Amino acid sequence: MKKKSNPMALLRLVPYLLKYKWWLLLAFFLSAGSNLLALLGPYLSGKAIDVIELGSGRVDLIKVAYYCVLLVGFYALASFLTYCLSILMVHVGKSIVARLRNDVFFKLTLLPVNYYDRQQTGDIISRISYDIDLINTSLSSDLLQIATSLFTVVGSLVMMFVISWQLLLIFCVTVPLSIYLTSRITRRSKPMFRARSAKAGEFNGYIEETLSGLRAIIAYNREEYTTGQFSRVNQETSDAFYKSYYYSIQGPTMGLVNNLSLAAISVWGAVLFLTSRITLGNLSSFVLYSRKFSGPINEVANIIAELQSTASAAERIFKVLDESNEPADQKDALELSEIKGQGAMEHVDFGYVENQLVLKDISFVAKAGKTVAIVGPTGSGKTTIINLLMRFYDAQKGAILIDDHNILEVTRKSLRLAYSMVLQESWLFYGTIFENIAYGKPEATMEEVVKVAKAARIHRYIESLPQGYDTLLNEDAINISQGQKQLLAIARAMLLQSHMLILDEATSNIDTQTEIEIQKAMLSLMKNKTCFVIAHRLSTIQNADLILVIRDGEIIESGNHKQLLKKQGFYHQLFMSQFN
Amino acid sequence: MKTILHYLGRHKWRMTFGLTMKFVGTVLELVLPYLLSYVIDTIIPQGQLNLIFLAGGLMAFCAVLAYVTSVWANRIASKVAVLTTQEIRSDLFERILTLSNRQIDGFGISSLQTRMTADSYAINNFINMMQRIGIRAPILLLGGITVTMLMDPVLSATLVCAMVVIGSSIFSITRRGLPIYSLIQKKLDKMVRVIRENITGIRVIKSLSKTEYEQSRFDEANQDVTASEKKAARIMALTNPLVNLFLNIGLVAVIYIGAVRVQENLTQAGKIIAFLSYFSIILMSLMAINRIFINAMQATASAKRIAEVLATADDVEISYFETVPSDYHIEFADVSFSYFGESNDIEHISFQLKKGETLGIIGATGSGKSTIIRLLMRQYDTDQGKILINGKNVLSYQPKDLHEMFGVVFQNDTLFSKTIFENIDFGRGLGQKAVEHGARVAQAAEFIESLPERYQHKLTGRATNLSGGQRQRLLIARALAKKPQILVLDDASSALDYQTDANLRKALREEYQQTTTIIIAQRISSLMSADHILVLEDGKILGYGKHDELLASCPLYRTISESQLGGVVA
Repeated sequence: MKKKSNPMALLRLVPYLLKYKWWLLLAFFLSAGSNLLALLGPYLSGKAIDVIELGSGRVDLIKVAYYCVLLVGFYALASFLTYCLSILMVHVGKSIVARLRNDVFFKLTLLPVNYYDRQQTGDIISRISYDIDLINTSLSSDLLQIATSLFTVVGSLVMMFVISWQLLLIFCVTVPLSIYLTSRITRRSKPMFRARSAKAGEFNGYIEETLSGLRAIIAYNREEYTTGQFSRVNQETSDAFYKSYYYSIQGPTMGLVNNLSLAAISVWGAVLFLTSRITLGNLSSFVLYSRKFSGPINEVANIIAELQSTASAAERIFKVLDESNEPADQKDALELSEIKGQGAMEHVDFGYVENQLVLKDISFVAKAGKTVAIVGPTGSGKTTIINLLMRFYDAQKGAILIDDHNILEVTRKSLRLAYSMVLQESWLFYGTIFENIAYGKPEATMEEVVKVAKAARIHRYIESLPQGYDTLLNEDAINISQGQKQLLAIARAMLLQSHMLILDEATSNIDTQTEIEIQKAMLSLMKNKTCFVIAHRLSTIQNADLILVIRDGEIIESGNHKQLLKKQGFYHQLFMSQFN
Repeated sequence: MKTILHYLGRHKWRMTFGLTMKFVGTVLELVLPYLLSYVIDTIIPQGQLNLIFLAGGLMAFCAVLAYVTSVWANRIASKVAVLTTQEIRSDLFERILTLSNRQIDGFGISSLQTRMTADSYAINNFINMMQRIGIRAPILLLGGITVTMLMDPVLSATLVCAMVVIGSSIFSITRRGLPIYSLIQKKLDKMVRVIRENITGIRVIKSLSKTEYEQSRFDEANQDVTASEKKAARIMALTNPLVNLFLNIGLVAVIYIGAVRVQENLTQAGKIIAFLSYFSIILMSLMAINRIFINAMQATASAKRIAEVLATADDVEISYFETVPSDYHIEFADVSFSYFGESNDIEHISFQLKKGETLGIIGATGSGKSTIIRLLMRQYDTDQGKILINGKNVLSYQPKDLHEMFGVVFQNDTLFSKTIFENIDFGRGLGQKAVEHGARVAQAAEFIESLPERYQHKLTGRATNLSGGQRQRLLIARALAKKPQILVLDDASSALDYQTDANLRKALREEYQQTTTIIIAQRISSLMSADHILVLEDGKILGYGKHDELLASCPLYRTISESQLGGVVA
């Protein structure tokens, strides 16, 4: 089965080509035109030489000049057509690549969150850059190559047939031979190319991950160990590359077939000549045309080699495109408009992997405008509840409700927009601080942004930067700490006017001092909103209306702070442990 | 370019051999048409069949020989390319591992990643191509010119004139096109960044329903790249038709000048015919040389970026200070430091820790807590004051010996996509027992043992299959597994619940009595039992002492404590 997918991947590029069918048709005519003009060249120069051949003193220089002017004209026209053709193919090829990139990226944005939880960042990037680049090269050069050589092949075949069909018989042997050899080589090298693409992705993934952990590696003196590991990965990648090269011998093989056919032509031609079936002049023009014929055939062999790596690249790209999207919203899915903000779970079971439940029979009601805190040991399933509320994952059993609608019957977009969310790992992108804060509300004014930044106690820090709100945040910024990132994320959430709020360890990296300072702002952020709060600092959650204590995926206690302390149960134990 | 040559130098014999093979193959290919014309011009008119078969056999032999040599040569070329790339990568990787923190910050992690991957691929391609066609093309070019020169210098001069025009037009086109390629690279980087951000921020993007916005952002970056690519390709597309045109005009000139010379009986028509065939050989080689040229320019840019890293000078100097015997394990004496040499990021920091003592550091974000750790581990050097470990200045330690003493968990530390055992062991060969002990003390053993494959459980990239608290406990287990002399936990327990955090501290107290510990935390409960607590504000010490002392003396500490503990204890 696997073998079949390779050419299939290439075939799947055809619809992309068909989008440009009129352009390609035009290219076809341009190619025909320029090639016919080019085929006229040898004919005209032959005429000129016939005149010259008469020898010294008898050459009609005016006639020669006449042919020369014609030649220049034809060549100029042919070159012009070739140029038009290349421009056209550049346009088609690059447009297709742009479309492919967009398709892959758009696809990525539609994939469910669990795809990202499974896949290495480096590998995804490798698909969209390295693999599409391969297709890029292939489309821009190979397509043009095929377009231009098509006519040369047909034209010279016709000419050779006219000259001597007997000599052409040689090609009845050599052409099938080269097709056979090419397909054999291709079959053998195909897996190598696939392995090469896979290894390249793996290599990129490894580098990405390892260099991200560079500081830990240095701190633990793990340079040698890491180098050892790297040598293995490096070796494997190199081997995969070498193997793919090792078996790609299409070029020389075609050369061999051509040269052998040349030898055959000379012997067979000589026999034909001796039996007076061909003239000497015709023999030499046959040879010239056979060269014109085999040149593009050679190119085709090279192209086939290239197409192989293109095919494995295409395979990896279509693998992404074939991933199933986040399932579509139900047909009559409700667009939430007036949100009151009541949330509830009813007997919800969920596991990331089948048969391994992370949440068991979770039920609770979060009344509109109330704060629900979720506490429990790490790994007990707190963040998973958030994943379900936001529909990053869907529950296997039970129902999740928002304002009494099952969230499965609500559009994802309106569901997610009902919430604003601050997560433990704050996400910032390459852009100005202003853009980062206003990300959820692009129409926000500077005043609004400054207001929330002040409330989040990050305004003073921003002002201290030379460029203030226009400071570019880049991925490697060392001058911004985790805590400051979280403050920016809080400011971002404050700007949103949603009715429900999720705080997943939103202040874990913020010092208490600042936390106290932003508390007022946090309270006003939480006011009149239904809030789901995960925090370890019990001071943050003491005031919650409902505290759910989760352990091993089950709610073991619930109630408010006072009730739970009175119970002297697990919550009490958790609370007291901070004073040890 | 020098860098590439340097690495190629190591394989010069292998390469010489490969290139010789290529040379033989190329010459054989040139011989074949010559043999053919000899057959047609000389042998066939004689009508001797056995001679014809002999010549045919000779041609077949040459063809096979050419095949063998060129397959061989290509394989050697690939071997050289692959080996060279492998060596460059491996040197680059080792160099990256020895960069100082300041240098790493200078380059940026993602830029180092590109240099390791995309740039090394570019070099691999170039070396491969250069050997495959780099020798063939010049041979064909020089061979062609030499032969035509011998045949008729005047006609040959016409040809050379045409070639000068061709060469200079290729050159000027390429020169206009190349800058666009480096522009394309920049735009590609930008596009990749958008992808990367979308991968890391997928939850935020989905929650804010910014999918369409991100799509349009990517579309914009994509269009931008494509526009430049099209522009560059359009310029480069001029090369082929232009070269063809000039070449053919040259050919026409040869015909006409030839005609004049035949008229004056200075040359023969046959030579003109021969010229025409050599012309195409020369043309092909010129185009090939042009391709190599373009490829070389791109590879040079990549090589430069790699060489830049390789050539970084070591900026860690070991300076020798006298070791004064000291009661203290760790000593900070009036330390000040600034990252950018402007305002001080920490100022006048002094404290002493005896062996086995614990220091807690608390303070606002950006107050300089992590900076203290960075200086202690000599990721950066102090501007003023000194830091001593066992009475010896940290500047006097070999970095290896210095690192050897530490077990550390940084903020946002990394776990690798390997098994839990491998992550804790980290290749130190500690053995199952030490790993399990570390995991137990770090309160990780329980959840690890609940996993079906226990210590052999494989983590996903960025350990996304674990919760934040589980990740932190694995990191702590890694720091503890080797029983370090100094343990540093930089905000390493923020995702732990109180119970687990308390258990961790208890286990540390009982089993790591000899380990000097520095804990940076936001939670009072994590540090209140420490022997010393340092309260930092804006890089300066605001308070220093035990919990009770600070409650009395440091208003800020008291406020924090009251807010967190609800005033229960105070």
